[in-house]
Parts: sequence; structure tokens; C-alpha cells
Amino acid sequence: MLYAILCYHDEDFVGSWSKEQDAAVMKKLAVVQEKLAKQGRLGPVARLLPTTAATTLRKDEPPLVLDGPYAETKEQLLGFYLIDCKNLDEALDVAKELGAANPGGAYEIRPVGMFAPGGALK
Amino acid sequence: MTETDTAWIDAALSSARPQAVGALLRYFRNLDTAEEAFQNACLRALKTWPQNGPPRDPAAWLIMVGRNVAIDEVRRARRQEPLPDDDHAISDLGDAEDEIAERLDGSHYRDDILRLMFICCHPELPPTQQIALALRIVSGLSVKQIARAFLVSEAAMEQRITRAKARVADANVPFETPGAVERSERLAAVAAMIYLIFNEGYSASGDTAEIRKPLCEEAIRLARLLLRLFPSEPEIMGLTALLLLQHARTEARFDADGSLILLEDQDRSLWNQKLIAEGLALIDKAMRHRRSGPYQIQAAIAALHARAAKPEDTDWKQIDLLYGALEVIQPSPVVTLNRAVAVSKVRGAEAALEMIEPLAPRLANYFHFFGVRGAFLMQLGRAEEARVAFDRAIALANTSAEAAHIRMHLDRLMRDSEPKGKKAGK
Repeated sequence: MLYAILCYHDEDFVGSWSKEQDAAVMKKLAVVQEKLAKQGRLGPVARLLPTTAATTLRKDEPPLVLDGPYAETKEQLLGFYLIDCKNLDEALDVAKELGAANPGGAYEIRPVGMFAPGGALK
Repeated sequence: MTETDTAWIDAALSSARPQAVGALLRYFRNLDTAEEAFQNACLRALKTWPQNGPPRDPAAWLIMVGRNVAIDEVRRARRQEPLPDDDHAISDLGDAEDEIAERLDGSHYRDDILRLMFICCHPELPPTQQIALALRIVSGLSVKQIARAFLVSEAAMEQRITRAKARVADANVPFETPGAVERSERLAAVAAMIYLIFNEGYSASGDTAEIRKPLCEEAIRLARLLLRLFPSEPEIMGLTALLLLQHARTEARFDADGSLILLEDQDRSLWNQKLIAEGLALIDKAMRHRRSGPYQIQAAIAALHARAAKPEDTDWKQIDLLYGALEVIQPSPVVTLNRAVAVSKVRGAEAALEMIEPLAPRLANYFHFFGVRGAFLMQLGRAEEARVAFDRAIALANTSAEAAHIRMHLDRLMRDSEPKGKKAGK
């Protein structure tokens, strides 16, 4: 089964990292990602731009466009992973490993109902 | 404690700072007391967070502890009581934190931070003092760091900040929740101050560029903070986009000797694409509001440069139009001068020169006026007049990098004009 690991963290906090701190975290995460990729279990990984760059479209009639992310929360969705796991326990193990590389914040683990990989992006 | 263990505390404290100091200022109505209370709360945090982990809401924790410590101190001073021990003072913090976190909602925080920033840009303070005060109070930079960025001694900066604080203490900024009009006035003043902080860093060159780069980064951090508080203000989106797009070119703006590299000569592969992507997303979003303003227009101009993969791809026609719009909203000889550069690309140097001639009396002491004028004259093959303009520019240069850049033009001019007399240098 495919699982999405959605990464939530306080944007203020992550945003106050220095370039070096940020690079150090990314390096630690890359180690975990590489391991998953070798096992053929790692799908797309995305890191999102800050929520200040986000726009929300409410699908009401007429559609309403709002500045900013969908929900005003303390922790924002900052990125996600798509991984292949046998079950939730396995997905949780992966999330724990990622969490050890980058402590703080929270991961939401969601089974994926439909996945269309699409073509290669240019 | 390893280094990474305390790094998260530093990051949490500096990110909570504007909110916490802003709220403490609302309680105590005195900047020094608020700052001291925050410092004390940080000391407690450094002591207790490594053991207990971070609180759920670091800002609320710091506000709560800062307030309690300050109140204790007032009582102690009054009654001359012996010191209570630290653990006692914060023993029942858990419950109290929940309570305070619930009472202070988002809008409260928003006005607290805005007020804190607004106090720093009091109109009676000269711009350099506004910036220094904001960096000290809102950003929490040390006096030493600020002094370094401004290239003055620590003692001089300390004095400057103390004076600025004394001045705003008498200013009587109201502590009530501001009305809509007042809020938008405050927002405009704060945006201008952030723009100034950025400029301080952006205008630096040569050996000072590296030292002053943190000013640009701090300005961007403050702009992002403001945007998070006011997510639907197109001008704040425009300001943030502008700073991101300009800052994206940092790595390409100077050569190894610290000399300025003009936009068209820059190695565009050094531009930071991540910052550009964020800047473009923001300006796109701002334009949808159809409420234009000076920051948005400047950001739109920066975006056109950022979108051009090669200098010759630049949409100068559109840039000319945007500067035209900026001239209407914010008439200034400097804007016209910048527009002339776009005009020279679209309609030629002759038209551009004609456009800037009337500006001469008002820009008689402006370095860039003579640099641009010299460049136009050079393009038209009027070497002798160009040399005079460049000489004047060198005399007015603020930094050695600016002077060196003009000298390079002069050298080229000399080379081109010596063998065959008059020749168009391009």
C-alpha cells in the first residue's frame, strides 16, 4: 500500500534556521531517503514554499479565492513523502526514522487512495 | 548538552521574540521593562527547556514567565523581601500556560507585534535610528552585531539606541487596540522601515557587503512575519516579493574583488531560484487583488528581470510601462532616472538622455544620475561629455566599489577614444 507522510511543523521555527542548520537537517533526511529509495519504496518527495506563498480556492459557488493556506494553525504543512509500505506499522517506522533525522513538529500518515504518477516534469 | 540541543532553543526564542516582547510591552507599557522581562524569561527557558522539552506554545510561556518574574521583582523591590527560589516562581506554570494561551488569540498577537514594530519607526526618529532600534528590539540582534553592520563602534551604537529609546518613551504611542485606519497607517510605516533595513544591506558593496548581508536577511524575516499577520494585504505581499527577488541576485552582484556587476553582466545561474520562485508566487498573488501600490510595482519590475533567462530576453517595454505607473503613484526624480534606463533600451539613448536632463538640478549630488548620464552619452559617442559625467560620479561615489565601477567605464572610454579620436563606446 502507498502511504503519504505529510510533514507539519511550525513555520516560524523552521524559518529561523540558518542556512547551515537547514542544510544539516536536509543531509540527515537524505540518508533516510536514500535507504528507502534503494529498497524501491520511495515515491515523490516535495518540500513546499512557505504558506505565505499559498493560495486557497474554496469551491463554493461562486468559487472563492483566499490568500494563505487552508487553515490557520500553529503547525503548517511544509512537505510530504510518498512511500510504499506493507502496513501502517511499517509506515510509522519510516516516519519515526525521518523524525529522528528532523525532530519537532508532527507527521500525519495517510493511506493513499489513488496515485497517478504523471509524466516526468520538465 | 550538544550543540544541536541548544540550537533549537535559540531558534525558538528568536522566533517567539516579537510576539513575546510585544505582549509584555502591552502589560508594562515600558520598553525597558518589557525587554528585561523577556531576557529573564529566556534565562528561565535555557534552564528548564532542555530538561522538560519545549512548551506547547513557546511565546505564551515566555510572556507568562516574563510577566511573573517582573511582577515578583516589583514586589520584592517594594517589600525588600528575600529572593524566592526559581522553582517556586514557576511551579504551577502548566495550568497557567493553557489559560493564557487561550485568552490571547491571533488578533491580539497581531496588534502587539505591529505596535512593537511601529514604536521603532516613530517619525521623530531619523531613519538610521529607526532601523537600529528595530533590529535591537524586534529582531533581538545584539548591540555588537548592529554596530558591526553599521560600521560604527559598539559604544556609539549603544548610545544611538539609548537615545532612540528615550525618544520613543516620550512619544506616547497608544496601547489600545488600533482602529482600521490607524492600523493601516502603522502597517505602512512599518513596511517602509523594513524596506529601509533591506536597503542598508543591499546598498553595501565591497568588503562591507558580506558584513551587511544579514540586514537583508533580517528584513526578509520581518517582511514574512508581517505577511503572516496580514496575509491579504497586497502591498505587504509586494514588499516581501520585492525583497526576495532582489536578494535572490546577491551571489551574482559582486565579483571576486567586491566590485559591482551590472544586471546585464551578471551570471544568472548564480541567482537563487528558490527565492525567485517564492517572490514570483507572491507578486502573482498580489496582482490578483487589483489594488496596485509602489511595492507591488517595484516587485513586478524585479519579477520581469528575474523571469529573463538572458539579458536580451528582458521585457524592457513592460518595465518602462511599470516605471511610468510608479511615477504616477510616487513621483520622484529617482524613479524617472530608473525609467530612463528602460527607455534607453526601448527607444534609444537619445530619448533617454532627453528624459533625464530636466532632473539635473534635483539630482545634482546623486551618484547614479551622473553614472547613468555618462553611460547614455557614451552610447551616443559623446566621449568628452561622458568623461565629465563619470568624473562627477566618482566624486559623489559612496563606496569604493561604486567608484571602481565608474573608473572601469572611464578606462574603457579612454581606450576607445585615444587611437581614433571620437568613437562610440558600447
